[in-house]
Amino acid sequence: MRVENAEQAKQSEAYRAALVDFLYQLADDELCLGHRDSEWLGLAPDIEEDVAFSSVAQDEVGHATYCFSLLHDLGEEDPDRIAFAREVKRWRNAVLLERPNGDWAYSIARHFLYDVFDDIRLEALTKSSYRPLREGARKIRREETYHLQHFRLWFARLGQAGGEAQERLAQAVNRLWSDVGGLFSLGRFEAALIENGIVPISGEEMRQRWEERIRPVMDEAGIPWPGEIFIPSVDGRQGEHTDDLSALLDTMGEVYRLDPNAVW
Amino acid sequence: MPTTEQMLWSALDEVKDPEIPSISIVELGMVNRVRLDDGCVRVEMTPTFVGCPAIGMIRQAVQEQLTALDGIREVEVVITMDQPWTTDRITPEGREKLRQFGIAPPVKGSSGSLVPECPYCGAGNGEVHNWFGPTACRAIFYCKRCRQPFEGLKPV
Repeated sequence: MRVENAEQAKQSEAYRAALVDFLYQLADDELCLGHRDSEWLGLAPDIEEDVAFSSVAQDEVGHATYCFSLLHDLGEEDPDRIAFAREVKRWRNAVLLERPNGDWAYSIARHFLYDVFDDIRLEALTKSSYRPLREGARKIRREETYHLQHFRLWFARLGQAGGEAQERLAQAVNRLWSDVGGLFSLGRFEAALIENGIVPISGEEMRQRWEERIRPVMDEAGIPWPGEIFIPSVDGRQGEHTDDLSALLDTMGEVYRLDPNAVW
Repeated sequence: MPTTEQMLWSALDEVKDPEIPSISIVELGMVNRVRLDDGCVRVEMTPTFVGCPAIGMIRQAVQEQLTALDGIREVEVVITMDQPWTTDRITPEGREKLRQFGIAPPVKGSSGSLVPECPYCGAGNGEVHNWFGPTACRAIFYCKRCRQPFEGLKPV
């Protein structure tokens, strides 16, 4: 099955509904993380990381914007409204991405664990049945290669440094572990997403591939594997979130709410 | 004289990248297709990076540039990903202009070193200083011969 554009997708409500829910997952993961990345500006431990985080933030927000434009084509609201005026329960990001930045080790570890997942998801999406998603994924993946490389390097570096750096990294990984399983939930449309070829692999398969890629890097960094991964009780993909998301959206939408009709 | 497709391409070559003003969007390889049909133009473009903040400005500049041409009634600019931008799409003139501007043109293809030649001294044994630079498409390298940091386009 091949769906060429939004018009064709809208011909089947079952297809459209699953696609829309998934595009929110993709966009919301990227936008939350992009916003968190931007919070490091001026505060990163050195100027090169300041530059890196601003660039990474810009990429992530850009990827979210691309997904919002696809959503708009499918009949959802205007991208600005989607980003800044949507109720918390309509957000589909995994809880992992709404958490505050914590210390440097937490930010690095979260980015690395997420970027590996994102790469696996994007690779699968290059074979999606929905053409605009397939094309976007191909392009976005080329950009994400640099994020992946960057955060893999930092993850290994903090671990191999030993001492406080490694201790903090291990603590960060432990804290992240209870949220990390939420990445592999595909929400309430998982069956339809797979059946329609929108997402060609299951969340469980993504988790297996992710473990295979994460384990060697954890070994390299000298970080013990914290144990089994499970889908947490608060599933962001189903619209369940923590107060951390409300706080994030409050900050992110502050300027927008001053005058929602302003033209920028 | 009525506007031809060739003239449209020449006009597009006047639209510069706001972040690297010496190089045009045609030389960067951002224009996928141009179609002229009875005074209506459709331009299909692709951004260098998905989150490129300059794309809005570029779109507007394209509109203005083409609307000014003889007999053009309507200009439609469509952003598409159907032929995604890669650094291999930069033209030879574009590569030369980048170098003159002090930004190393990207390494071609996907084999071998990703570090381009130093735009100042031409040495080829530089190293990556930071894959992230002042804009999404640029990286910072370091030349070990002339001992200067330099900017370059990152290969994508």
